[in-house]
Amino acid sequence: MGNYLRSFACVPYGLDDNLSGFVEPKPVTPRLKLTQITKRYPAVLANDAVDLTVMPGEIHAILGENGAGKSTLMKVIYGAIRADSGAIELNGVPVQIASPAAARTLGIAMVFQHFSVFETLSVAENVALGLGSDLTVKQVALRITEVATNYGLPVEPHRPLHSLSVGERQRVEILRALLTQPKVLILDEPTSVLTPQAVQTLFTTLRRLASEGCSILYISHKLDEIRELCHSCTVLRGGKRVGSVDPRQVSASELARLMIGNEPPALVHRAARPGAIALEVSALSLLRRDPFGVSLSNINLQLKAGEILGIAGVSGNGQQALLAALSGEDPRAPSRSIQVNGAGVGHLGPEARRALGLHFAPEERLGRGALPTLSLAQNLLLTRAQSGLVNKGWLVRQKATDLAETIINKFGVKADGAQAAAGSLSGGNLQKFIVGREITSNPKVLILAQPTWGVDVGAATQIRQAIIALRDSGCAVLVVSEELDELFEISDRLQVISKGKLSPSLSIQAATKELVGRWMSGLWTEDVEVQANAS
Amino acid sequence: MRLELRAQPSQLMTFLSPVIAVILTAMIGALLFATLGKDPVKALSIFFVEPLKSVYALTELSVKATPLILCALGLSVCYRANVWNIGAEGQLLLGAIFGGGVALLADKNSSTWFFVLPLFAGVLGGMFWAGITAFLRDRYNANEILVSLMLVYVAYFLLTYLVYGPWKDPNGFNFPQTATFAKAAMMPILVSGSRLNWGLLLAALSIVIVGVFMARSYAGFKLQVGGLAPAAARYAGYSSRAALWTALLISGGLAGLAGALEAIGPLGQLTPHISTGYGFGAIIVAFVGRLHPIGIFFSAVLLSMFYIGGELAQSRLGLPSSLTGVFQGLLLFCLLVCDTFIRFRMRWGR
Repeated sequence: MGNYLRSFACVPYGLDDNLSGFVEPKPVTPRLKLTQITKRYPAVLANDAVDLTVMPGEIHAILGENGAGKSTLMKVIYGAIRADSGAIELNGVPVQIASPAAARTLGIAMVFQHFSVFETLSVAENVALGLGSDLTVKQVALRITEVATNYGLPVEPHRPLHSLSVGERQRVEILRALLTQPKVLILDEPTSVLTPQAVQTLFTTLRRLASEGCSILYISHKLDEIRELCHSCTVLRGGKRVGSVDPRQVSASELARLMIGNEPPALVHRAARPGAIALEVSALSLLRRDPFGVSLSNINLQLKAGEILGIAGVSGNGQQALLAALSGEDPRAPSRSIQVNGAGVGHLGPEARRALGLHFAPEERLGRGALPTLSLAQNLLLTRAQSGLVNKGWLVRQKATDLAETIINKFGVKADGAQAAAGSLSGGNLQKFIVGREITSNPKVLILAQPTWGVDVGAATQIRQAIIALRDSGCAVLVVSEELDELFEISDRLQVISKGKLSPSLSIQAATKELVGRWMSGLWTEDVEVQANAS
Repeated sequence: MRLELRAQPSQLMTFLSPVIAVILTAMIGALLFATLGKDPVKALSIFFVEPLKSVYALTELSVKATPLILCALGLSVCYRANVWNIGAEGQLLLGAIFGGGVALLADKNSSTWFFVLPLFAGVLGGMFWAGITAFLRDRYNANEILVSLMLVYVAYFLLTYLVYGPWKDPNGFNFPQTATFAKAAMMPILVSGSRLNWGLLLAALSIVIVGVFMARSYAGFKLQVGGLAPAAARYAGYSSRAALWTALLISGGLAGLAGALEAIGPLGQLTPHISTGYGFGAIIVAFVGRLHPIGIFFSAVLLSMFYIGGELAQSRLGLPSSLTGVFQGLLLFCLLVCDTFIRFRMRWGR
C-alpha cells in the first residue's frame, strides 16, 4: 500500500527501481517530450525526426559521436536553434521555445561545451547577464559564492572570464545554470575538463539535483560515465535516433556498437623499448606571461626515444605554458633548461626547434594547427617549410601538393584532394592530417596536445595507433591530454601537472585512476615520500 | 525575408560583389542626377564613357590610375597581414617631398637618367614615414590606424611648411610652390602629347612583383598567415614583428614611389595640393579589388573614372567636383553591403 502511494507521488525516477514489475506505476507526465524533431543545415541533416522522452528526476544520457546531432538537439530544447519541424511538450503542455531566455523562463538551463561568454567581463557580470534578473552584480557574486560552496564548485566571482581555464569556465557555466534553479538541466560533455575525483563530485551534485526532481540531460561519449550515472540513454547516430536503452543493463561495448554502428576498433600496443634521452627539461621555471596565466615552477622531465610520456592534469594548470615553452612559442626559457638530444633549445623559436627534430601539434586545429581558408597543401607550409617546400624563399607548390597527397593516403584522411580547404574537413580528418603532417617529418621528439579532442572514435583510434607506431619507430612522444582514458591507453609513463608543478614520473603499471586523480589536485608529495620510504 | 549563414563562403559572390556594387553605384548615381534635374544618361556617360572615349582620355585615366594602383598594392599587402595602415596619403606626401627635394637639385647639365634619383628618394621617404608607424606599434604597441592617419596631417603640414617657406620658388611671385624641376629630373613621357609617363610601366611592374610576392614567396605566405590567424603564425614560428615591418615598409615604399611620380610626373613641381586624396582613394581601390593585384588594377581604373568624371561634371553639368567623393563613398558602401552575401544568403519567408 505504501509502495502504491509512493508511485503516485512525484517520486524521483531511479529511486524506485525496485517498484517496477511489483506494482504497475501510474504513468507520470513526462517532464520533457520531443516528437519528430528535424533540423536541416545547408550541408547536413543534423536531426532527423528525433523522439525523446525525459521523466521528472531522470538523468537521461544522450550518446553519440561528434556530429551525431546531440548538440543540435539540445540547442533546440534550449531555444538557441529553431527546429524545422517537430513538437516539444513540457510537463504535458506543448511549448514554443523561441529563445534561450524563454527556455530559462520555462526552467530549462544548459551548460554548453563551447562556452558562450563575454571574455572581458567578470564571472559575476557574466552570470548576472545570463540571469537577466534585477539582482546587482554584488548580489549575484554572493549567490555564486553560496551555491559554489554548496555544490563544491569553487570560483572567484570577480575574475575576468578571459583569465579562466576551460575547466574553470565550465564551473562558471554550471553555476550560472544552477542559479536559475532549473527543472531541466542540459549538460554538454561536462566531464572532459575534470579530474576523476571532480567527476565524482559532479555526479554527486547531479544525483542530488535529480533527487530534488530536476531532470538532467547528459550529453557524452564516455560510456563508463553514462553507465555509472544515467537512468536511461538515447543513442543518436548521423542525426537519427538509433535506440534507447537502460545503460545500467547493457555493457559498454554494446553501447559503443549502438553509437558507432559497428565494433569499436581495438588498439594494438606492445611494450616500449626506450632508448637514449631525447628531450630533457631540467629545473624549468617560467613566470606567467599575463596576470592570469600559470607560472611554471621547477619542471623536470626526461623523455627517452621510443617511449610515450603522458602529461595528465586538469586544464588550466600550466599545460599551455609548458607546451609554449617546449614548442618554442615562448622562447624565454634558459637555453640549457630544455634540451633536445643534448642541445640546449630553451631560447630558440619554433622553426629552429623543428630543424632539430622537435615537432608539435597543438590542440586547436582551426586557427592554430591549420588555417581553415587555406588548402591542405598550403597548410603544410606552417611546419614543413624545411622539407623542401620552400626553395630560396620561393614556394615549391608541386612538392607541397605531393606531400599533402601522401599524407592524405597514408593516414586515411577523407578530403577532396590536396587543394581542399582545411576548413572543409571534419574535425577527425583534419586532426589526422595535422598529426600526419608532423609524423611524416620523421621527428626525433613529437609533442601532442589533446590529440583526439573532439574527434570521433574511429579517427581517435587511428591517431592513437599512428602515435604508437611512431614510438615503435624510435621517436620520443610527449602527449599532454585531459582525457585520462586516452593517456592510460597509450602512455608508457605518466606525469601529472598541477598549479604549474610537475609530479614525478609514474610507470603506467603503477598508475591507477585514483592515484592520478589525487595527483591532479597537486597531492603527490605524500605518495612520493611513502614510495621513497618503502624502497 | 532573412539572412542565413552559408555553409561555406561563396567564391562566386566574392568576385560578383564588386561588379554588383558598381552597378548599384551607377543606379543610385542616376537617381541622384535625376533628383538634381540633370539627364541621368548624359551624366552617367560623363563618369563611365567619357574617360574611355579617346586616346587622350585614356592617357589621363592612366595618369590617375598610376598612383592609385601603387598605393592600393601596398595597402593590400598590409591588410592581408592584418596591419591597418590607412596613412598611404601621408606616405605618398613624404615620397613627393623626398622626391621633389632631390629633383630640385637637378639643373641643365644633369644626366638624362637623373629622374631615377627622385624615385629612389621617394621610396625611402614613404618607407621612413610608414616606418614611424611600424616603430610606434612595435615598440609601444600604439594603434597603427590612429598613428598612420595622424601622420597624414603631419606630412601635409610638413609639405605646406616647405613650399611656403624654405623651398618656395624665389621667382614664383610668392605663390606657395617650388621652382619647376629641370627636364632631367622629370619622368620621360610615354605617349607624346599627353601627360602619361613611364610611371604607368612602374605601376604595371609593381602589380606583377606584388602578385608574385604574395602568391609564390614564403615571406608573402608568412605575412598572410599572420593576418589570417595570429595563433597559427605563432605556432609556425613566424615573427609578427617581421610581418608588421615588412608590410608597412612595402606599403610605405610603394606610396612614396607614387608621390615622387606625381611630383616629377604630371606636376613638375611641389605645391600643397600635390595629392587629390589618392592615398585615401587607394583604400577603396584595395577593397574593391579584393586585395588582389589584378583586381586592384581594374578597381583603380574605375576610381580614376570617378576622378575624371567629377572634374568633367564641373564643366559640363555645373555640379561640384565633390561628386567624385560621393561616388567613391557610394561604391564602398555598396561593396560592403554586397560583401554580406559572401557569407550569408537571402531567404524569403519566415
